Amino acid sequence: MGEVSYAPETEAVGTDAGPYAARWPLRDRLREAVAGCRAYLLIAGMWSRSTLTYRVSFLMTVVGNACMTALDFVTIAIIFGHTRTLGGFTLAETAFLYGSSGVAIGLADLLLGSLDGLGRRVRDGTVDALLVRPVPIFAQVAADRFALRRLGRLTQAAVVLVWSLIRLHVAWTPGRALLLPVMAVSGAAIFGAFYTAGAALQFRAGDAAEVQSSFTHGGGTMTQYPPTLFARELVRGAVFVVPVAFVNWMPALWILGRPEPLGLPGWTGWLSPAVALAVCALAGLAWRAGLRSYRSTGS
Amino acid sequence: MGTQALIRFEDVEKVFQVRRKAGRLRRERHEVRAVDGISFEVPRGEMVGYIGPNGAGKSTSVKMLTGILMPSAGRVTVAGIDPSRERLRLARRIGVVFGQRTTLWWDLPLRDSYELVRRMYRVPDARYRANLDRCVELLDLADLLDVPVRQLSLGQRMRGDIAAALLPDPEVLYLDEPTIGLDVISKAKVRDFLREVNAEHGTTVLLTTHDLTDIEQLCRRVMVIDHGRLVYDGGLAGLHAIGDSERVLVVDFDRELPPVEVDGVRSVRVEGPRQWLRFPASASAAPLVARLAARYPLVDLSVREPAIEDVIGRMCAGSQGL
Amino acid sequence: MRLYAAVLVRGFRRYATYRTATLAGVFTNTVFGFVIAYTYIALWRVRPHLGGYDLGQAVTFVWLGQAMLMTTALFGGFEAELIDRIRSGDVATDLYRPADLQLWWLARDIGRAGFHLLGRGVLPMAAGGLFFPLVWPASPGVWAAFLLAVALGVVISFALRYLVALAAFWLLDGTGIVLLASLAAIFFSGMLLPLTVFPGALGVLARALPWSALLQVPADVYLGRDTGARLASALGFQAVWAVVLLGAGRLVQSAATRRVVVQGG
Repeated sequence: MGEVSYAPETEAVGTDAGPYAARWPLRDRLREAVAGCRAYLLIAGMWSRSTLTYRVSFLMTVVGNACMTALDFVTIAIIFGHTRTLGGFTLAETAFLYGSSGVAIGLADLLLGSLDGLGRRVRDGTVDALLVRPVPIFAQVAADRFALRRLGRLTQAAVVLVWSLIRLHVAWTPGRALLLPVMAVSGAAIFGAFYTAGAALQFRAGDAAEVQSSFTHGGGTMTQYPPTLFARELVRGAVFVVPVAFVNWMPALWILGRPEPLGLPGWTGWLSPAVALAVCALAGLAWRAGLRSYRSTGS
Repeated sequence: MGTQALIRFEDVEKVFQVRRKAGRLRRERHEVRAVDGISFEVPRGEMVGYIGPNGAGKSTSVKMLTGILMPSAGRVTVAGIDPSRERLRLARRIGVVFGQRTTLWWDLPLRDSYELVRRMYRVPDARYRANLDRCVELLDLADLLDVPVRQLSLGQRMRGDIAAALLPDPEVLYLDEPTIGLDVISKAKVRDFLREVNAEHGTTVLLTTHDLTDIEQLCRRVMVIDHGRLVYDGGLAGLHAIGDSERVLVVDFDRELPPVEVDGVRSVRVEGPRQWLRFPASASAAPLVARLAARYPLVDLSVREPAIEDVIGRMCAGSQGL
Repeated sequence: MRLYAAVLVRGFRRYATYRTATLAGVFTNTVFGFVIAYTYIALWRVRPHLGGYDLGQAVTFVWLGQAMLMTTALFGGFEAELIDRIRSGDVATDLYRPADLQLWWLARDIGRAGFHLLGRGVLPMAAGGLFFPLVWPASPGVWAAFLLAVALGVVISFALRYLVALAAFWLLDGTGIVLLASLAAIFFSGMLLPLTVFPGALGVLARALPWSALLQVPADVYLGRDTGARLASALGFQAVWAVVLLGAGRLVQSAATRRVVVQGG
């Protein structure tokens, strides 16, 4: 009975790791995060390879995806066909806002957009299959049906952003140049947190999935336009309640050298990474709570 | 304490809070005890049937064993691990097949799903290739490897799922209705395969099923649960005894006779020279036949075993009064 | 006729069961209504009477768009399901049913639209009215004309998407054309900006295409811009497109049926 002889050994390892895990929670968390990233890349890679087998179909969907969001910019272009400034902002400045907002949500959508599918999985019961795999479920859901076509949206926004940078007359300083990528990453993280929180909600209320898109796509559309268009209360809400203002408004206004509409000091533009960290932490907690509730109720 | 117990359930309970509609707006809360104090141990290498009527608490138990659900009370241990606390670590060492729902990637071909399993579970290359080859051969998967999972029939998908669960060499395999919807040949294939895996690798198998032929052909031990309680745990033979079931002796005489009168049997049906005689499943048939042959002109006879469905049905109906 | 009525009711009920989803959708419509309304306000402040609308009418146009987005299915609807049936071959059995394929799906889509008009239309409009000074039609006649225009818009939207779905009989991959169709619907319906604001030839073209019947025409009827002869010609424009597109759908359908029969189903 070969297996009996090694059985106690594996058991010993098993029982030993309990207190060990408790002693190093951070280390375990970190290991889990690394495993999650690895699994994400594995699954996303597999999906990419499988979509790339149909080149023509893939290209068409990328172009279509880009066109869909490009329509928003065509709208802006038509608006500026009727006026030179909107809310005191020129076309190039608005394009800068449009591009930075689009890049942020485009990145978040590319990386985490699949989280949307969680509600469906809860309803048809396939979440259980994900929970028995040795990989964090977040990574599995986020990478599921990873859609390279979402590059279309990201690319389109990036093109507009670059175009605006050429047209704008910004007095570039190292600080301004540094804030540009910081803004893109923080913005993506903020939208990513919204996607995550929306998915966490789907553990309980799968039907309510569309609420999430009010914050992601609604926030994305709002920040394409200058903050001066909106009622003061709305801007206040975007700064203090649902912090989409930190996706691009605050840092972009500082880069553009414009005053902040609520009269906050200019350095608030540099708060974006901190705000992003905070909402990501909250979204992480929401995700944990959602998963925990699923695992105690099974539905 | 059995050091070889690989799976251990100790007074495990799982209570759900269910909100039901009562009237237009009012909602009533009440508790459902899906698992109500179950204890058992399964030693390494055993193949156990876990059966019971729908809603008895089978899948809730399996979900606690795999760490999907957290128990409300009691302790679950699998390979020395508390599944709900260290789900990910345990996942590497167990295989799960949910009969109705695939664990494969719906839109990817089987081959890609397996490749993902290999890398997720970090199965060594040589090991993976050997396991895959064996699964492909024994489960007849060669023609299916490049078909997207969603295009597979239920039976094909089930075989694909079982292979995926076994690629990482799990110590424990949970199978939830592994032969549901399969044709007779596929069923036989799956059973042979499971038997072989169990014999060769010493893989512990826990099987929930509606098809009791699975149990009869695969498991020496059966656990029956009903209303969240373990109502039977033991061998198949004992199940008959406890379910006080009866076997039927079908006898052909050389002519038509009135219902026979012999101690220990009851004539339940007469059709020409043929009679159906019931006797307790626990009793041996040989002395009865001897007694019959001594008093009546016997031409032919056969013994019909009780259907295990009936046995369990009777048992669960009986336990409801408890 | 009774059959189609039953299908229609079922289409309505199918969506009515998702209450949470409906409320979530209303919330989203409202958020978008707010965002777009403020951009219009900014534009109309600089350019009053742009496109022939005053500020109040322009803002009302925004909320009408949000209210009708789902009703005229600008983001698409049943066609994905029909395409799936065509691809899997299940449509062959549909074609042999006593019900006409086009009428069956039309009845179902009208049922859906009816639910979306009530479930996804009324509440966003009310929310808009709460926060913005919207224009409300004064006479019941305008309301009646508006509802008629919406109904025609629903039929045209259906007829367009039915054609798109039938293309799956000939195309290997339907996603491209579905995407193209919804792009056209969003852009040429007036969802992004009223078509009267579109520049020059693009505006003329946009107003002549059938998609303008999905939002622009009903909105103009609602805003009371079209009365008398102009109202008649607006509704006539919709009716002509409805007949033409439904007819085209029938032609394509019979070609598709022949194809199925030739292939042996």
